[in-house]
Amino acid sequence: MSANLINLLIEATGQTLYMVAISTFLGTVFGLPLGVFLAISQRGELLSSPWVNKVLGLVVNATRSVPFIILVVAIIPFTRAIAGTSIGTTAAIVPLTIAAVPFIARLVENAIREVDGGLIEAARAMGATPFQIIRKVLIPEALPAITLGLTLAVVSLIGYSAMVGAVGGEGLGDLGIRYGYQRFMPDVMAVVVVILIVLVQLVQSIGEWIAARVDKRAPKGRGQ
Amino acid sequence: MTSYDGQAASIIFDTVGKSFAKPGGGTVSAISDVSLTVGAGTITGIIGRSGAGKSTMLRMVNGLERPTSGKVLVGDQDVGTARGAKLRAIRRDVGMIFQHFNLLSSRTVSENIALPLEIAGIGGAEIKTRVADLVDRVGLTAQADRYPSELSGGQKQRVGIARALATEPKILLSDEATSALDPETTQTVLSLLKDINRDLGLTILLITHEMAVVRDIASHVAVIEGGQIVEAGTTYDVFTAPQHPTTRSFLSGVTGVTLPAFIKDKIIAERPTSGGEEVVRVTFSGKHATDPMLALLTRDLGIEVNILAGAVEEIGTQPFGNLLVSLDAAKGDEARAYLERHGLLTEVLGYVG
Repeated sequence: MSANLINLLIEATGQTLYMVAISTFLGTVFGLPLGVFLAISQRGELLSSPWVNKVLGLVVNATRSVPFIILVVAIIPFTRAIAGTSIGTTAAIVPLTIAAVPFIARLVENAIREVDGGLIEAARAMGATPFQIIRKVLIPEALPAITLGLTLAVVSLIGYSAMVGAVGGEGLGDLGIRYGYQRFMPDVMAVVVVILIVLVQLVQSIGEWIAARVDKRAPKGRGQ
Repeated sequence: MTSYDGQAASIIFDTVGKSFAKPGGGTVSAISDVSLTVGAGTITGIIGRSGAGKSTMLRMVNGLERPTSGKVLVGDQDVGTARGAKLRAIRRDVGMIFQHFNLLSSRTVSENIALPLEIAGIGGAEIKTRVADLVDRVGLTAQADRYPSELSGGQKQRVGIARALATEPKILLSDEATSALDPETTQTVLSLLKDINRDLGLTILLITHEMAVVRDIASHVAVIEGGQIVEAGTTYDVFTAPQHPTTRSFLSGVTGVTLPAFIKDKIIAERPTSGGEEVVRVTFSGKHATDPMLALLTRDLGIEVNILAGAVEEIGTQPFGNLLVSLDAAKGDEARAYLERHGLLTEVLGYVG
C-alpha cells in the first residue's frame, strides 16, 4: 500500500473522528435536556405535562423513523442554512447531529426513568425545586446508564458517518466506497473495516470503563 | 455539636379527607374525616395495616399529598394550601426518613447528608461543619466517605436520619423506618430516634404496622383502619385498655400473651351446662401490675386459678401485666367481680368443657 494511501487513511480516520465528536457533543447538548424533559413530563411525574410529552415523543419518533441516508438528503436545504454549504465533511455534521439528538434523548429518557422514584420523593421532601432534583438527583443517579447510552450513540454515529459520502462528506466510510468498492481496491476496504472495528472496540471499552467508574451501586449479583 | 435552635412544632389534622381519582373514572377514598393532634415534642405513632391510610396521613405533613378536604397544620402553617417557595420552606422544617432509606447511590455518606443543605442553599464551609457533627451524632464517623452500597441496613438508616436532621427540622417523619431492618438493628435505630427526640426536642411522627415499635418509643398512638382513626390516646392508655377490635388484634401480637395451642383448639364460646373451666384474660395496669391478686383471690374466695400464659411489660415507663387464666366456670362471675373491684380488667375468652 502506497504512502499516499496511508495518508488518505489517516486523513479519513481524522475526518470520521471529527464528525462523530462534534455531532456527539451537539447531540448531547440538545439531546440530554430533551431526554430529561421527556422522562419527567410524563403523566404523574415531576413536571407532568402529558400533551407536550406526547407531541415531543411523536417528533422524536418521526425523526428516528427516517432512514439516515434519506434524512441526509431530505434536509439539504436546512444543512445549507446552518453550515453555509450542503456538501463536505463539516456540512455532514448537521444531519449527523439531527439523527443523534432524538437517539440520545431516548437513551437519556430511559436512563432517567430507571432512577428510583423514592429518591425523587426524598428530594421533594427536602424542599428541592424541580431543577435541583434534576441536577442533584436524577442526572448523577442516572450517570452510569447515561454513559453507556452515549457509548451506544457514538458507535451508531460512527456507522452513520460512513453514509455521508452521499453528500460529499469524507471519512472512513467514504474512502472505503470510493477506493475499496468503486476502484476495486479490496485491500483498502479491508483496512477501512479493520480501523472501524478498532474504533468501535475502543469507544466501547472506554465507555464501559467510565460507566464503571461512576457507578457506586453494589455490583449486580452480589445483592444489597 | 452545633447549637440546635429548632423548636418542636405540633401537627394538627383537622377533619382531613383524601380521595384519589381512579384510572377508570370515579374516586377512591384513602382517608376520611380524620382529626388528630400530634403534640409538640411527642413521639406519636400511627399504626395500621397496609392500605389503611397511614402513609397518606404522613405524606400530608410535608405536602407530598394534599388533602381534598379539611386542613393539615404544621405549627401555624397550613401545609395543604402552601405552594412553591412557601411549601419548600415548610418542607425544610420537616425531615423525613424512609423504609428503603432512599439514599443517593452516587454520593458518599457525607455527601448524602449534605444534600438537603445544598438544596437549602447553605454555604460550603457551614455544610462541612454541620455534616461532621451529624455524622458523629449517628455514629458513622468511620464510614463518612463510604458509599451506601458498602453499608448495612442499619447504617443506611442512620445516614437517612442524619440527612433528615441536617436542616434542623422541627418535625421528623418516619415512614416505616424500621420495617426493612432485623430486630436487633431496629432496636438501635429506635433508641437513636428516642435520643434525638430527647436531645433536640423535635416532634416525631412515625407510621408502622408493628405495635412493638409503638410500645418501644411512642408516647402517643393513633390506630387507623379503613381510612379513619378508630382509637387514639397515650400509648399506655391504648395498650392497657384497648377499645377497638383492630387495636386489640394489633396488641395480641405484641403483648406476647396468647392461648397455648392445646387450649385454643378446645375453646368454645358457650358456657357448658355443668362443670368446665372459664378462660379469662386479666390485665393489670399501673400500680396494680405488681400486686399478687391471684393469690388474694384464692385466699379470700377460695377460688383456684390456673395460669395459662402471662407477662409483665413496661409500656411508656409504666408496668403492664397481662395474664390468661382458667378457673371453675361456676365461680367465674364471682371471681371476675372480685378482680374488677380491685382495679383489674377482665375479659372472658371462652370455655373449656
